[in-house]
Amino acid sequence: MRDLTNRALDTAAQLGATYADVRVVRRQEESIAIKSGKVEGVASGESEGFGLRVLVDGAWGFASSSWLTSAEADRVAGVAVRIARASATALRNRVRLDDRPPAHGTYETPIEEDPFNVALETKIGLLLAADTAAGKPKGVTFTETRYDARREWKAFAATDGSYTEQTLTHVGAGVEANAIEGDEHQRRSYPDADGGPFKAAGFEFVRGLNLPDHAESLGEEAVALLSAPQCPPGRFTLILDPSQLYMQVHESCGHPSELDRVFGTEASYAGTSFLTTDKLDDGFRYGSDLIDIVADATAPGGMGTFGWDDEGVAAASVPIVREGIFVGYLTSRETAPRIGRQSGGAMRADGWNRIPLIRMTNLNLLPKPGMSLDEIVADTDEGFYLASNRSWSIDDRRLNFQFATEVAYEIKNGKKGRLFKNPTYTGITYEFWRSCDAVGDERSYVMLGTPNCGKGEPGQGASVGHACSGARFRDVQMGVGKW
Amino acid sequence: MSDGRDPSRDQGGDGDRLDPADVLAMAERALAHAEAAGATEAEALVTADDARLTRFANSEIHQNVAESNAQLNLRFVVGRRVGVASSNRLDDEGLRRLAETAGAIARNSEELEDWGGLPEPTPIEELPAAFAQETETATPELRADGVRAVIAAADAAGVISYGSFSTAAEAIAVANSKGIRAAQRRTTSQLLTVAMAPDGGSGYAEAAAVDVGSIDAAAIGREAAAKARSTANPVSVDPGDWPVVLEEYAVVDLLSMLGSMGFSALAVQEERSFAEPGRQVGSELVTIVDDGQDPATLPMAFDYEGVAKQRVPLIERGICREVVYDAQTAARAGRTSTGHGLPAPNPYGPFPLNMAMSPGTTPRDELIAGLERGLLVTRFHYTNPVHPKLAIVTGMTRDGTFLVEGGRIVGPVRNLRFTQSYLAALAATSAVSRERRTLRGDLGGVVVPAIRVDSWTFTGSTEH
Repeated sequence: MRDLTNRALDTAAQLGATYADVRVVRRQEESIAIKSGKVEGVASGESEGFGLRVLVDGAWGFASSSWLTSAEADRVAGVAVRIARASATALRNRVRLDDRPPAHGTYETPIEEDPFNVALETKIGLLLAADTAAGKPKGVTFTETRYDARREWKAFAATDGSYTEQTLTHVGAGVEANAIEGDEHQRRSYPDADGGPFKAAGFEFVRGLNLPDHAESLGEEAVALLSAPQCPPGRFTLILDPSQLYMQVHESCGHPSELDRVFGTEASYAGTSFLTTDKLDDGFRYGSDLIDIVADATAPGGMGTFGWDDEGVAAASVPIVREGIFVGYLTSRETAPRIGRQSGGAMRADGWNRIPLIRMTNLNLLPKPGMSLDEIVADTDEGFYLASNRSWSIDDRRLNFQFATEVAYEIKNGKKGRLFKNPTYTGITYEFWRSCDAVGDERSYVMLGTPNCGKGEPGQGASVGHACSGARFRDVQMGVGKW
Repeated sequence: MSDGRDPSRDQGGDGDRLDPADVLAMAERALAHAEAAGATEAEALVTADDARLTRFANSEIHQNVAESNAQLNLRFVVGRRVGVASSNRLDDEGLRRLAETAGAIARNSEELEDWGGLPEPTPIEELPAAFAQETETATPELRADGVRAVIAAADAAGVISYGSFSTAAEAIAVANSKGIRAAQRRTTSQLLTVAMAPDGGSGYAEAAAVDVGSIDAAAIGREAAAKARSTANPVSVDPGDWPVVLEEYAVVDLLSMLGSMGFSALAVQEERSFAEPGRQVGSELVTIVDDGQDPATLPMAFDYEGVAKQRVPLIERGICREVVYDAQTAARAGRTSTGHGLPAPNPYGPFPLNMAMSPGTTPRDELIAGLERGLLVTRFHYTNPVHPKLAIVTGMTRDGTFLVEGGRIVGPVRNLRFTQSYLAALAATSAVSRERRTLRGDLGGVVVPAIRVDSWTFTGSTEH
């Protein structure tokens, strides 16, 4: 593979590139979808290619191809350089990268049981058992159970002499039950909807989920929700289960702390950020004293865990919020120097045919010693406990958010009680995080995340991790909209 | 490392030419491998594309990318067992391995009780309107020229521009063991920009077309810049029920969301769709069709199963008519596919990729004349279903929201959150513009007018 990377880099340099990096990526995927007790689809996919990024006259160019030959490396280098020269015709500030030592080495996701070596009938058998159990209760309209595995092998080389190879393995599985009656459609899922959660792990993670053991109660709860009362509007105390809290972290902490958004480079698509750089200088209070958030690319099992990012920056844990105060961003070699820092290693690309962008790694809300999540419930006189994300939306500066969850449990005198359907809540990011008065301890701290965080043009998906333990928020607006 | 080249394309300058005949030949080779490996039915789908995108922010180009790829998706059937494998390793050895992999998956899968078989051939007509030479051969310099025109318009207005300019060419071929042999080439292009003013205003404009030569970059730049200037220093208004005029950029979201939540046969078969033939869901002014042959919709001659695209009336004068089918949902319903299949395996079901809402009779500029007190909305941001069966969606306004009083724009307002049934919005549609625009929706081209809706529920506000 070094023949190809050397050829691409050498040709780019000969054509005028002052810096270039190239990634050769091979991706292998497997998916199984079960619907209402039937195997709906089994698929295997592979894709390979290389992407070359060049700096010419201070401007970026990028070209990629699925054809791994020396002639194609030359052609792609020519295209990338030509594109960079076209970029330079509309350039106001030359790109400058921070200094980092050349990267060398290998990294591999630690796994116990290779998911691609587990027999297909074993996987299907496990999933069918879960799906059948979820559909057992009377009143379930349809069930869905999914399994996905992905392995990505990638080599990174740059004109500064860097060369790394990494093998990342991610797996995920989940089961859901749907109950429909008239205009009412209720869903319950475990551990997460849409076939999640995912983890950087082997098949041992899927076995450990014990999907069949949890499935039947999902069906029962989905049916029960059909006749449950509508979640009332008003301002309430809210406890978020990790299955919802991770999405809250993702949308209202992760995205606004991406420094490229802050500098406007995503403005035309996903928007900008309220976390402008003056807030870093001023020690902006992002949340209550209980809020500690890190971007940790070294966290075990996280989908944002790796050896080096796609610019060759070594994995690190970067503080984002410390005791409620905003202290850092997700950064790249291009953006970090603009705030007087070194890259924290958050540049990630979705395969060989996309450029790296600043992406979340594992954006984790750290646990707080003191109360378990159950003890937080016991400590709450009145409120709602919300679990399992169903809908999400946030404005283009990441301030006004609204979430819906699959279920709300009423809390009365420290106990979880009856179900409420269609729960929603809304707020302003920093007001919400400042209202947090309890964060669960290590006992409920769990690594979750999403495999399809969208960003960029052309669109890119990213697998990002979020570990959290559940938390309590006071005086939150619930029950928006008309039903 | 070999010295070969991708056989799916003729090399030439920056814009490689994709030849549908070559791509179809590749699909046929894959089919032959599948049949040799024991498939009782098989389908090969090849998509080869060259996609380019020039992105700009802070009035300069900051990302500029090109991609060449060809992917083969092989559906391998043994009796009622189906396996799917895909790869972009397309030499003979790669195709042989792909057939082996797909075959092994099929043989190890459960039987599909309701497997309806691969689709039969349908007459497919040439669709020259789907392709433009200028788009296929568009250079980085052409895109940079367009971007500079947008930036110049922004500079002239004293605002900063952000956006992207993309051009793409693709060749698609489908061959199956029932005799389908379909090949087409398509091009698409899109220019979009957000302009931001130093005093907090922002504006948006977009154009999408088969032929990049038809996109007037300077005009797009001027539209966004003018709106950014007019949205400076917005004031707050209270959430609640407001009459609104939705510009075309917002109406796109209505169609895309309704398409994914309700116009699919799979959604109907799973009882999660609002669509019922004969049900009145919109006002008489609302007619929506899916028409892959309509040149205005960034058209496609056939779907990803090689079935000719049919024109499907979704809503006629406010009444639900039909939904779209792929081969499997059609077999369940005892009918034929309408040509709306996506690549297998497809748990999401068929999808309308070429929706068009019929124009009305009201001149676009007169839509707000009917608002005694209401809001003019340029576009929506980050919308997501809250209650799919009722088509309740939440999202934010963005890049230009205005208070209208006495039929005239009074001034800009801060962005608002809405939680609104899109079906209820169709029912409350009281005027439709006679002009329409081609824009890009979530998955395909969408042709939309601007509309006036008598009641829209806003449920929150933000700081800008």
